[in-house]
Amino acid sequence: MSIVYAIALGTLFGFVLQRVGAADPQQIVDMLRLRDLRLAKAIMSGIGIASVLTFLSGYVGLLDMGHLSVKGMYWGVPIGGLLLGFGWALSGYCPGTGVVGAGAGRKDGLFFIAGGLLGAGLYTLIYGTIADAWFMQDVFGGKASIVSIPGAAPMFDQPWSLLVAVAIGAVFVLLAKVVPERLS
Amino acid sequence: MYWSWIRSGLALGLSFYLAVALVKPIGVSTQFVILDGVVASTINSDLVVKDEAAKNGYSSTNAYLNKSGGKYAKSVANPLNYGFVFVLSMLIGGALGAFFQRKAGSALAENCPLFHKRRFGDTAFSRYSIAFIGGAIVLFGARLAGGCTSGHMMSGMMQTAVSGYLFAVAAFIAAIPTAKIMYKD
Repeated sequence: MSIVYAIALGTLFGFVLQRVGAADPQQIVDMLRLRDLRLAKAIMSGIGIASVLTFLSGYVGLLDMGHLSVKGMYWGVPIGGLLLGFGWALSGYCPGTGVVGAGAGRKDGLFFIAGGLLGAGLYTLIYGTIADAWFMQDVFGGKASIVSIPGAAPMFDQPWSLLVAVAIGAVFVLLAKVVPERLS
Repeated sequence: MYWSWIRSGLALGLSFYLAVALVKPIGVSTQFVILDGVVASTINSDLVVKDEAAKNGYSSTNAYLNKSGGKYAKSVANPLNYGFVFVLSMLIGGALGAFFQRKAGSALAENCPLFHKRRFGDTAFSRYSIAFIGGAIVLFGARLAGGCTSGHMMSGMMQTAVSGYLFAVAAFIAAIPTAKIMYKD
């Protein structure tokens, strides 16, 4: 059953990323140059809408909150984020959109994937030497979140906190709405 | 040619919601490690072995694949798992998306993007080189961070994860000046 879900959800996600324009490096670079913020508005509203739906259905018991999974916080997260941001702006791709671009027939997407396999391989090889470094140690309680999620270290650990997440989601949608599509 | 921001946001939001409702949050970058592991273990058959004592039933001589009780080692030994098939299916989704775009009569994006032509000229070699180098930096960074744009930025922030917020801020702090300087017109 999980393979059927994998095929259905993976195909849907790939299709959506392509139609949204996120797998088009020109759209990414124009967003990052702050020229065309359509994609930024889409990302912000997408996060907000997913959040509202998830926590509302979790609150009323329609969604198994055990499906959620918060990633750990250590200083390697923002350090890796800086590296990813640099490569993202350079190439116009991130891991998911590189795959989708290749699927859509873009050759540069294939080269991005090949480079990605090299970068991920290098990290796999050096992990053993950095595993105990300071920037790999949990901070803020590790799997820190604002609201109550199983397995996480929440700031507010009460059932009503799920409604806080709904409100944060609504703020993301509102922000997406007020951000102008074009700055210049 | 592409969906409006609100239609895009709705489609993205529904995709991320459905994934969580049915299985788990979307993530992509781990699968680059899994594919590396699958390739490497065909060359070195001792890389990943069955291990009854390990939490996930597999262990590896590589510290990263062996992490969390052999979690990645298990996926390398069984590539037809949810996460790996999900990312493979994204290739099909991309192909379908492009097919329907073409069918609707809208031209697909140019193979060599305009920002690249302006900076480096219309040469495939330089574009492919930058895509390759960028890919290496992006995936190294994503693995150090423990996730990428999907896993940290989208899935993380939708769950109010502190790691997701800090990842997103860091990614844009590096990406915006890089894009502005590299590809100014």
